[in-house]
Amino acid sequence: MRVQQISIFLENKKGRLAKVTEVLGENDINIRALSIADTTDFGILRLIVNKPQLAYQVLKEAGFTVSTTDVIAVEVTDQPGGLSSILRHLDKVGINIEYLYAFVTQTTTAALIVFRVEQVDEAIKVLQENGVRIVPGDEVYQI
Amino acid sequence: MSAYWDAYHETMSRDQLAEIQIKRLKALVERVYTSVPFYRQAFQEKGLTPGDIKTLDDLKHLPFTTKKDLRDTYPFGLFAVPRSEIVRMHASSGTTGKPIVVGYTKKDLDNWADLVARCLTMAGGTRDDVVQNAYGYGLFTGGLGIHYGAERLGATIVPISGGNTARQIMLMQDFGTTILACTPSYAMYLADEIHAAGIDLSNLRLKAGVFGAEPWSNNMRAQLEEKLGITAHDIYGLSEVLGPGVAMECPYKNGLHIFEDHFIPEIIDPETEQPLPYGQKGELVFTTLTKEGFPVIRYRTRDISALYPEKCACGRTHLRMERITGRTDDMLIIRGVNVFPSQIESVLLEFGETEPHYLLVVDRKAAMDDLEIQVELSARMFSDKIAGLEVLERRLRERILSVLGISAKIKLVEPKSLPRSEGKAKRVIDKREL
Repeated sequence: MRVQQISIFLENKKGRLAKVTEVLGENDINIRALSIADTTDFGILRLIVNKPQLAYQVLKEAGFTVSTTDVIAVEVTDQPGGLSSILRHLDKVGINIEYLYAFVTQTTTAALIVFRVEQVDEAIKVLQENGVRIVPGDEVYQI
Repeated sequence: MSAYWDAYHETMSRDQLAEIQIKRLKALVERVYTSVPFYRQAFQEKGLTPGDIKTLDDLKHLPFTTKKDLRDTYPFGLFAVPRSEIVRMHASSGTTGKPIVVGYTKKDLDNWADLVARCLTMAGGTRDDVVQNAYGYGLFTGGLGIHYGAERLGATIVPISGGNTARQIMLMQDFGTTILACTPSYAMYLADEIHAAGIDLSNLRLKAGVFGAEPWSNNMRAQLEEKLGITAHDIYGLSEVLGPGVAMECPYKNGLHIFEDHFIPEIIDPETEQPLPYGQKGELVFTTLTKEGFPVIRYRTRDISALYPEKCACGRTHLRMERITGRTDDMLIIRGVNVFPSQIESVLLEFGETEPHYLLVVDRKAAMDDLEIQVELSARMFSDKIAGLEVLERRLRERILSVLGISAKIKLVEPKSLPRSEGKAKRVIDKREL
């Protein structure tokens, strides 16, 4: 049920993000979702792509500091309060969300949200018990 | 301008000086050969016995002592007296966490205080002066070295140590400090703070500065003299040889007089290790003539200087050394602290880096030395969370503070982004304009 996210360390300087996308493009890798967290000196680029293993490999070969992290993708009904009810389930059992970002898709009417938590299995279990649909990796990569 | 602390020794003819030197050199060689196995072995490897040293010219046959030798014999291997004769230790920073330890006998401390009293007298100091000593007190030789010299002189010492600038400025006014002793960069910082606080120089009684423990320039001297209304003197020393008080600028500021009745200086070519004539630049080498606890034979300082023999207008006959213009190794002096790039390397190794790449960028901002350490972030240290990387930066900063004794800014950079030349990484960029 997990989704593999690629995380890349980027210095805050010109052209670094362009270089990442260039490497991915050359290797026919498609970006499904992305988020950047940054400080004044550096940023962390987080990507969901269609071929995570290959992306990891080619970025590493291109000299980037890169890692893979397991995250969870869930479907959120596209209506007010949709995200709130999901967060409440996790909050109740004391699972802290490290970060999250949203996905826009063409095929579904629901929004997809990617979560990063420490206790991945526990979070998946709680969400499933509460009827939240977890979108498995294979499905996410193909969106 | 001809006040001497020890007129007899400071102005004696060069012939008399040579007589004292050879007598003391012979005794020194005998002493270390007998009591320090390291030196005995080094002499034997060169086929030398103490009897082979007959004239000052024979000095050049003696083996060199290097910083590595001092490290290899840590902690007490080069002490020439039983530990019970040692009444004080000092230590300087080492490259891999182990410091270099030096020990002083009662007689050594007596000589040291006397030499520092010579220095303070050269800067115009007398028993009527108030000496504010803003060198750090502790294992560093700067603080206590100046302290006991000022006491010997009979001046009033204010042992404030380094830091706490507001308090420094307050006491400087309230106590009527006349001589300030600290690193030149700290003096510059104090000067700027005094001006920023809107304090008029007429509220200060400062007349002289005794600045050392790091390289500085005549340009900086001019600024310090103007900003503080003083005459600024360069004091030289290193703990391996003594501490502050090996050499000092007289009012003519024509180089630093080396106290040759206690030390024999040489300038050598660092590559060929051959002595160079007066006036030529090379590596400064010292032999201590009177030290009992921790004598050194031909210690290679790695400092670059030149020696001048002409008698100075101040009347002193001792050789003058040019102020230090550089180093033959990669050591940096930052805020008076010796820093080796390899120390940074050892910290990164602790963090699990097998082949750390880093760059030290030193700059002088607002007259203070500023150290930034750029570290290439490897997958091993990487975290997908900002907090994770911030924790890493903080831990590196804390560890470096504890190993180096100075604070540094850590900047994480991408792999392969730091300069490399022919496979060997460039470790230091020094942007300071002295």
